[in-house]
Amino acid sequence: MPDDKPVIQRTASVEARVDAIQSALDARGLKASEAVEELGHKAKEEWIPRNGARVVARAWVDPEFRKRLLANGRDAVAELGLAMPRHHRHLVVLENTPKVQNVICCTLCSCTAFTIIGLPPDWYKDLQYRSRVVRESRTVLREMGLDLPADVEIRVWDTTADTRYMVLPEQPAHTKGWPEEKLAEIVTRDSLIGVARL
Amino acid sequence: MDGIHDMGGKQGYGPVRFTFDAKAFHSPWEVRVNALYGHAVRLGIFNMDEYRHAIERMVPAHYLTASYYERSLTSLATLCVEKGVVTREELEQRAQGAFPLAQPSAPGRGNVLARERFKVGDRVRVRMDSVPGHMRMPGYIRGKVGVVVGISPAYPFPDAHAHGVVSDDEPTYDVRFHSEILWPGSAEPALVHVGVFESYLASEP
Repeated sequence: MPDDKPVIQRTASVEARVDAIQSALDARGLKASEAVEELGHKAKEEWIPRNGARVVARAWVDPEFRKRLLANGRDAVAELGLAMPRHHRHLVVLENTPKVQNVICCTLCSCTAFTIIGLPPDWYKDLQYRSRVVRESRTVLREMGLDLPADVEIRVWDTTADTRYMVLPEQPAHTKGWPEEKLAEIVTRDSLIGVARL
Repeated sequence: MDGIHDMGGKQGYGPVRFTFDAKAFHSPWEVRVNALYGHAVRLGIFNMDEYRHAIERMVPAHYLTASYYERSLTSLATLCVEKGVVTREELEQRAQGAFPLAQPSAPGRGNVLARERFKVGDRVRVRMDSVPGHMRMPGYIRGKVGVVVGISPAYPFPDAHAHGVVSDDEPTYDVRFHSEILWPGSAEPALVHVGVFESYLASEP
């Protein structure tokens, strides 16, 4: 029997597709492989939650800095030598209190203040978190290990424009008086997103 | 566009795949994709609104099954082909297989002409606009009433900026909505805040 079936071309593996676009850009002199080295390093070594942790620790020990941070996050983080991309023109810092829990998300894609709080974790970019956190916030937080008392108000912030958000968690009572460097060590990325308390 | 990407409030996706201190990257190719699209933006091949829109234009079945960085890769490749930097044939030759790309773009639009300025505390209603091109209004706020709680500096207007349409930059407003207003009778109590471009808003008495 003659083989008259049409040839079905298989989809290339994702790695092969990345190789294809990278080598095609290199072939045009666009220095893609150099950019992979440079920006890959930034993504792994510079755009990390440690930045946001330093900001939080400073805000805990320095009330004047805290005021400036809440008034204009972008200018305040620059005092610590932290930069944001040009298109992130505004950083809004969201202050948690005993009765308020802020939590950030991006339902349309997966935007974050990545130079400050780090590139987002896998679950932040998944369809489950994006679809559910705006509508079932308390249940989603509970599933993620944060079981909030009923009298805590939840404030969800959907990053649908180029304004970026960062949560300022509450300082745990037992850490009062700690040096700033030690405080920065207890601030987690999840607390900067707002799905954990410290 | 009312696309598959507009996930806020959609039901049935199941539990969050949460692990403590989860990674941003799981494979080296993901780091490469993240760097490559950032590089393309830096080179001016496309802007962030074009990048986001090309993700939204993916075939829905592909979007739902692709990981975040595969969506990113698809947008990068689609825009490089559309801008004439590479051809799809070359990419498929180099990849030794099919290279799925996003679907073609529909026209964009300029700023809404009768824009109003708002201040913190103003009640606003989200316009009922629906466009075939890019927009940054999640469907769940369309037609809903909220209160302005913050104002951001002017940004490029996405509906135009994703399509090469000349437009004015616009402020965005952080608008607070009660979840009960967004999903009457079927949401857990919370205050939901959305960054809304000025063109999407009208004053509400």
